[in-house]
Amino acid sequence: MSEPPLRIRGLRKAYGSRLVLRSIDLDVAEHQVVCLIGGSGSGKSTLLRCVDLLDVVDDGTVHLGGTELTDPRLDASLARRQISIVFQAYNLFPHLSVLDNITLAPRQVHKVPRRQAEETARELLARLGLADKAQDYPDRLSGGQQQRAAIARALATDPQVLLFDEITSALDPELVGEVLDVVADLKERGLTILMATHEMGFARHAADRICFLEDGVIREQGSAEQVLTDPRHESTRRFLSRVLER
Amino acid sequence: MEHETTAELNQQADMQDEQYRPSERQLERERFRRARKRRNSWIATLCTLASLVAAVAAVVASPGWDRLHSRFLDGAEFRRTFSAVLDGFWLNVRMFLIAEVLILVLGLLIALVRVTRSPGLQPLRVAATLYVDVFRGVPTLLLVFLVGFGLPALQLQGTPSQPWVLGVIALVLSYTAYVGEVLRAGLNSVHPAQRNAARALGLSESQTLRRVILPQAVRNVLPPLLNDFIALQKDTALVAVLGPLEALRVAQIKADYDFNYTPYLAAAVLFIAVTIPLTRYADRLQSRGAQRTWAEAGQ
Ligand SMILES: Nc1ncnc2c1ncn2[C@@H]1O[C@H](COP(=O)(O)OP(=O)(O)O)[C@@H](O)[C@H]1O
Ligand SMILES: [Mg+2]
Repeated sequence: MSEPPLRIRGLRKAYGSRLVLRSIDLDVAEHQVVCLIGGSGSGKSTLLRCVDLLDVVDDGTVHLGGTELTDPRLDASLARRQISIVFQAYNLFPHLSVLDNITLAPRQVHKVPRRQAEETARELLARLGLADKAQDYPDRLSGGQQQRAAIARALATDPQVLLFDEITSALDPELVGEVLDVVADLKERGLTILMATHEMGFARHAADRICFLEDGVIREQGSAEQVLTDPRHESTRRFLSRVLER
Repeated sequence: MEHETTAELNQQADMQDEQYRPSERQLERERFRRARKRRNSWIATLCTLASLVAAVAAVVASPGWDRLHSRFLDGAEFRRTFSAVLDGFWLNVRMFLIAEVLILVLGLLIALVRVTRSPGLQPLRVAATLYVDVFRGVPTLLLVFLVGFGLPALQLQGTPSQPWVLGVIALVLSYTAYVGEVLRAGLNSVHPAQRNAARALGLSESQTLRRVILPQAVRNVLPPLLNDFIALQKDTALVAVLGPLEALRVAQIKADYDFNYTPYLAAAVLFIAVTIPLTRYADRLQSRGAQRTWAEAGQ
């Protein structure tokens, strides 16, 4: 293993005069699951959007393997083919069936033949427990099913890195489990995942590393065990006591 | 995070760092972006100039150019007739303004009648549907003729006889049908959950409509609405066939007088002078609307 798939250095992002990310340094090694935690508004979504080039960074670099994604000479849509992001609000395309949602990018972007794309999509759906939903439209699915379909869509392009932005925050509590099970399964299969989450229980047993985001920097990072049970930093302790007391 | 104190949030909002210096990499990146932007604007300018030169050359080189120039682009004639055409144009503006207000009010009524479901309003609903079907189907110019010559022929008590008033009536009849449909689409575009949310707060049906549904409906269809008004502004020229001295009619009279058609150009310039700002305004609203939709999508 030479270079980590994802390497972020000195990443800075402001919206107008509002400085959100000051200087983020973060590595995600191959087959690792890294969880981002932090208060609401601390910039977790902004960081993930910057990594997927949906926002232009103000300074710093993001490397995917040997490629600098933040290089303005790079064709952003080409670079993005290696990364998939799943949002809190699913963002499935309402005018397409689940199957067509999943095969859209493989067919349009990666030029996979229709038959092959649909075969892969059906395998994915079966793996995520949605085998019978292929022909349904998103509005006929429960929140948990929609989010699993969105994950299937993200996986369909065989990305090097997966980004999850609070993918369980919009779900009913009893549906959270089914989505987190999928993530745990992806970890078993050795995918590389960077995810923002509020699910501390999940982070504890699934994350290889936890990063606590505050004041535009990664205030503290370490193994899940260390950060959650023995945080070094006072502000991490305060944040954890706030979210864990619920 | 609901537990976060205001002080903590403020501290976050005021996060600064004076020591920040852009990295060498970032400076290089910005230099590259500036250079690319400069290059792109050069290309845009050159392409525009080249097309303009080609277009002008093609027109000037055409065999009829001399005739066209003296008949349509006569500077002295333009100056001589412009003020008369401008006086006429003032009537177009007034017709437009009066018609616009009436169209908005009547169009809204039509839209409301068509979206309500109460069974007592069924006859009104049928009438509104019939009205829209008929008046969207009739060419506006034909409607101007029908109203302009037909209404006075009825010799009813109190029907207006001034041609420009008859023209406004025809325009209102035609455009109300369009605008009513646009507004109806707007009303239907507001999510039903919004109405439930308003009713749940105790707002009455009409308060819900005025305070919650209608503002969102209008916001959703503002660009097509403005589009219709731009078309209306131009179509006030159709009233020329009834004879009132509006811009096109004045230009026609001047042109018939000496077979120099430059006054038509003067009229065209005036119409463009009004519709271009309206169009730009509609564009701006549209792009702002798009940005708002993105913001609402939350990603
Ligand atoms: N497009 C934007 N324009 C202006 N401010 C933004 C934008 N996106 C996010 N922000 C601000 O950036 C901060 C971080 O937001 P976000 O990354 O969504 O936080 P998190 O995901 O950790 O809750 C917030 O204060 C938010 O108001
Ligand atoms: Mg977020």
